[in-house]
Amino acid sequence: MTTATVETPNQTKPAKQKVILCEGNEAAALGVALARPDMVAVYPITPQSSLVEHVAKLIADGRMDADIVDAEGEHSVLSVLQGAALAGARTYTATCGPGLAFMFEPYFRTSGMRLPIVMSIVTRDGITPQSVWGGHQDAMTVREVGWVQVYCETVQEVLDTTIMAFKIAEHHDVMLPVNVCLDGNYLSYGTSRVELPDQAEVDAFMGVKDVNWHVALDPLRPMAVDPLTGGSGGKGPSTFVRYRKGQCRGMQNSLRVIEEVHEEWAQRFGRRFAPLVEEYRLDGADYAIMTLGSMTGAAKDAIDEAREAGKRVGLIKIKTFSPFPVEALLKAMNKIQALGVVDRSVGFRWNCGPMYQEMMGALYRLGRHVPSMSFIGGLAGADITVGHFHRVIEATEKLVTNPAPAEPVWLNERD
Amino acid sequence: MYEVRFHGRGGQGAVTAASMLAAALLEEGKYAVSIPSFGFERRGAPVVSFMRCSDREIRQLTNIYTPDCLICVDPTLAKSVDIFSGLKPGGTLVQATHKPLAEVVLSDAVGVVGLCDAIGIALEVFKRPITNTLMLGAFARTTGIVSLDALKRSLEDSDFRDAGLAQNLVALERGYNETTVHTIERRVAA
Repeated sequence: MTTATVETPNQTKPAKQKVILCEGNEAAALGVALARPDMVAVYPITPQSSLVEHVAKLIADGRMDADIVDAEGEHSVLSVLQGAALAGARTYTATCGPGLAFMFEPYFRTSGMRLPIVMSIVTRDGITPQSVWGGHQDAMTVREVGWVQVYCETVQEVLDTTIMAFKIAEHHDVMLPVNVCLDGNYLSYGTSRVELPDQAEVDAFMGVKDVNWHVALDPLRPMAVDPLTGGSGGKGPSTFVRYRKGQCRGMQNSLRVIEEVHEEWAQRFGRRFAPLVEEYRLDGADYAIMTLGSMTGAAKDAIDEAREAGKRVGLIKIKTFSPFPVEALLKAMNKIQALGVVDRSVGFRWNCGPMYQEMMGALYRLGRHVPSMSFIGGLAGADITVGHFHRVIEATEKLVTNPAPAEPVWLNERD
Repeated sequence: MYEVRFHGRGGQGAVTAASMLAAALLEEGKYAVSIPSFGFERRGAPVVSFMRCSDREIRQLTNIYTPDCLICVDPTLAKSVDIFSGLKPGGTLVQATHKPLAEVVLSDAVGVVGLCDAIGIALEVFKRPITNTLMLGAFARTTGIVSLDALKRSLEDSDFRDAGLAQNLVALERGYNETTVHTIERRVAA
């Protein structure tokens, strides 16, 4: 890690921010430390391991004041945090792949209990075939479990979003757990230049901690938490519906809160990230490609080259995947005539990428037919390069005049 | 944009070297990104890591396929791995070897060669064949892309401490001073 100091340009408040070089996993750990959680529970798993090692080191070095539980497995990790969150603690963990699978039972319970736990998913492809490398399959598999899920493009965005995630999760109109997804390998181990926010500025951004207001394990305020509901008699059905509707309302509220928190971040720290959906060079574009996560950098380079060559192409990047930002996407889709969607995971039921499947739902709401197709690439650590994106751009361009293929294009099939 | 690909064997520090070089370039006001290759990390197995630097923000987070420079921190690797794959014409090879230029494996693309007996020096400095910081010194000498001073500051800011730091600073300096740089003259194809 090396340090230097720069003035951040274009910000309302001139605040000096330390510049460091670090990997995405370390950036996440530094973000966690700046957000001052009370309790962290961890179990290491590739490619997440160095993230929790950095967290453990920050605590051991006295740079982070939190209790840490090195639990015997991911099921216990999240169960420990549920107890801590119910006692009013700000809580954090990270996992991926098989660890996330092992965590699933308490994972489902966390959103139902409206516990604002923040968890990084250092995304990893699904096994089997056996692999230990990056891919979005793990996070995509749990996209329907009531957690807010955001995906980062750069190491800087990992650091900043990890801090913002606590504020989003704990907002009284949200009260939901948040996954900050960072791509295993390319973001987790890739090092790049990041600006480290000042602790006092982050403290001011976070405000007064207020986690312990809706439920509480508090001997002075005894209450039953998560009592048996549902069934077909008495108040069971209506109570259950009330809980579920509340979860859905929290998810929808989070769209507004995510935008507000990103705006406040930009005002305070001078770094502006698209909160829900980023439109890149969509003005004057006839068609667009859609990306998620760290692949976006290479895609933007490819878009610039294609524009230079006279192609009328733009890019739409999703940051907030859950809840699916339908309105923001429709606004972007209104500008274009065809869409190519690049997924880093597989949707087995529809024979396409999961993001493409979600987009088909959103496109129905558009009210006009937009030819579209699915690309699948970057599975199990495979690279998606500028060259791959030129192929995506060429194939998507043809959709403007030719029929769309029924099958997905597997980008690394001949690599 | 300047792209470097490191070749080494697990345990020699090729991944760490890419990150330290990026840190040194950051010291000099550049944008720099490093990415390790993704294998099961085993001592002795061939490993690759990548480093990009630029005066502008670097957006693509991908591996490197057409490097400007190869840094090969192991003298035997070129026999088992095609380290030259994709090297830009006229590109640079910084090679750990005790052999003279005439006996070093090259490809047609190589235009500049920096040679350093990194194993020999490492055995003197560390008593172990760890060559990564040495080869960063050799890279600085061969290319001038980064200064020796910036590399030193990057090491001082890293996790190296006390005797380990002192040894690595010596290794860096000796790598810089004991590298010979050769330009390969080629006839232009008729």
